[in-house]
Formats: sequence, structure tokens, C-alpha cells
Amino acid sequence: MYFGIWAALLLGTFITYKVALIDLGRFNAAVALIIATIKALLVALFFMHIKGAHEKLLKLVVISTVFFLFILLILSMADYGTRTWS
Amino acid sequence: MLDSTLVGLHHEEEHHPELLHHFADAQQQRDSASLGMWIFLGTEVMFFGGLFCAYLIYRRWYFGDFGAASKSINAALGATNTAVLICSSLTVVLAVWAAQTARRSLLIGSLVITMLLGLTFLGIKGVEYKEKFDEHHVPGASFSFDHVPIPGHPDQYANPRHAQIFFSLYFIMTGLHALHMIIGLGLFAWLLFMAWKGRFTPEYHTPIEIGGLYWHFVDIVWIYLFPLLYLIDRHP
Repeated sequence: MYFGIWAALLLGTFITYKVALIDLGRFNAAVALIIATIKALLVALFFMHIKGAHEKLLKLVVISTVFFLFILLILSMADYGTRTWS
Repeated sequence: MLDSTLVGLHHEEEHHPELLHHFADAQQQRDSASLGMWIFLGTEVMFFGGLFCAYLIYRRWYFGDFGAASKSINAALGATNTAVLICSSLTVVLAVWAAQTARRSLLIGSLVITMLLGLTFLGIKGVEYKEKFDEHHVPGASFSFDHVPIPGHPDQYANPRHAQIFFSLYFIMTGLHALHMIIGLGLFAWLLFMAWKGRFTPEYHTPIEIGGLYWHFVDIVWIYLFPLLYLIDRHP
């Protein structure tokens, strides 16, 4: 089963690289980041054994880490992205 | 008298010598080790997260200049490094499985291959850094980025000051990542030594599991670094 995840990760890398060579305009970054997030989820869920972990506190720690990271990134980008004066 | 006192300390049922007395059972000890490592990884997410945030803001401001700078770094080497790290994550997971199923030679072989892949990653990084050094793209007194067209706008040249910001972020983010890689190699060298001495059994192989968590985290950081730094604007 690990080999399946490994193959999926390599495939994702290959697709990311090839899609970057195609002009999708503003969606190049979105596609690359979506594929990267899927790869990160595969590593976290299956290689780091979050899926199947019976300790609920562990899942809470992981989710809140991601949550706080999102606050940092999204609110910062929303601030700069909505400044219309410069 | 001393003997009977010491004997009295272990009057409960026999337990694995690795189980420390402040834990109720071995499973709780394993869970708390895992939780501790994850909390540390949470702090590492914040550590890298700040750099990612700075990168995203500057990329939004100077998208064209960042695209020009990104195009000058070697995406093929970056993609190869991504594949190298993915393979090393596989060998780490195989090492944990080998420890769980008492397969000593697979455990030691997997740890060795993980470290070799880590060294390969650092070697390729070194080649990339040398390329940047030769092209005068290292921020500092000898930095130069003149007359580089912005991708998609061949009539406009990239602003060298903005390109220097890209390269500063590139070197700091990949450098911090490489530092984590070196630390990971040190950890795995220690794990390899302990595995060689036969310290790990199916009942106790916690250091391999939490060392593996660290390695996977370093892999995940690179999974995000690669598209953000190397693939901003690559279409012809």
C-alpha cells in the first residue's frame, strides 16, 4: 500500500512539472498548489499515519496547526490584496 | 535490606524495560511521544509559515520580476530533488514497518538508503547553489540581474532589486530546509547506530517512528517549496 502512495506522489510531481509548461494564466499557481496539497495530504495521512491514529488529541493538534497557518496566510494576503491605493 | 527495597519497586507485573513508570501502559507512552513530536512539527510549521507568508506577499507585488528570477533556476534539478525526497519518505515508512515486524536487515537497509537519498538531495542542492553563484544571482555585493526579460512580456526587463528579493527568499527558504535536512541526517545516523546495536523491537521502536515523522515533515515542506519557487512562470 505504501508503494501505491509513493507512485501517486511521483505521478503528482510529474504532472506538476508538465502542467507548469502549459499556459493556464492565473490557474497555473492554483493547479500547482492543489496538486502540492494533495501530495502533502497523502504523506501526512498515510506515511505519517494520521489516518488510523486513535488518539483524537493528535488529530486536534494537526488540524489546529493547519488552521493557524491558514490564518497567517489568508488574512495577510487579504490585507494586502484589498489595498486599492497603491 | 537494600535488596528487598529495590525488589519491592517492581512488585507489579513484569513490563517491558522501556516503559517508563509515569505512563499507564506502553500504548500511552507511544501516543505521548507521537503527540510531542507533532507539537514540535506544529512549531516548525509556524517557522516555515512565516517565510512562506513573506514569499507570497512579495510574489503578489512583484509577480513579473519573480517570474523572471524563478525561470533562471533549474526546475529539472528541483523536480529531481522532489522525486529523491519522495523516495526517501518511502524508505522511511519501510523502515518503520521493518521495525514493527522485526525485520532487522530491511530496517538497516532502509535507514541507509534514506540517508543516501538525503545526501543526494543535498548534493543536487549544492549543484544548484553553485549555478546561482556562477550567474551572480546570490544576493549581495556581486548580485547582477540586468536585461532579463519578464516571461510573457519580452519587451520589459525585470527589476533587479525585486529579483534580488526573490533570490534572498530562495536562498533563505531552501537553506533553512537544507539545514533541516542535515539535522535529519544526523538523527538518522543515530537511529542507524541504535538499530545496528539491536535496540529496536516490535514492542519498542518509538525513535524510528518519531524520527520518521520529522523526515516526512521536511519532505512536505519541500513539496510546497518546489512549485512555489521553481514553477512560477515556466510556459514558453
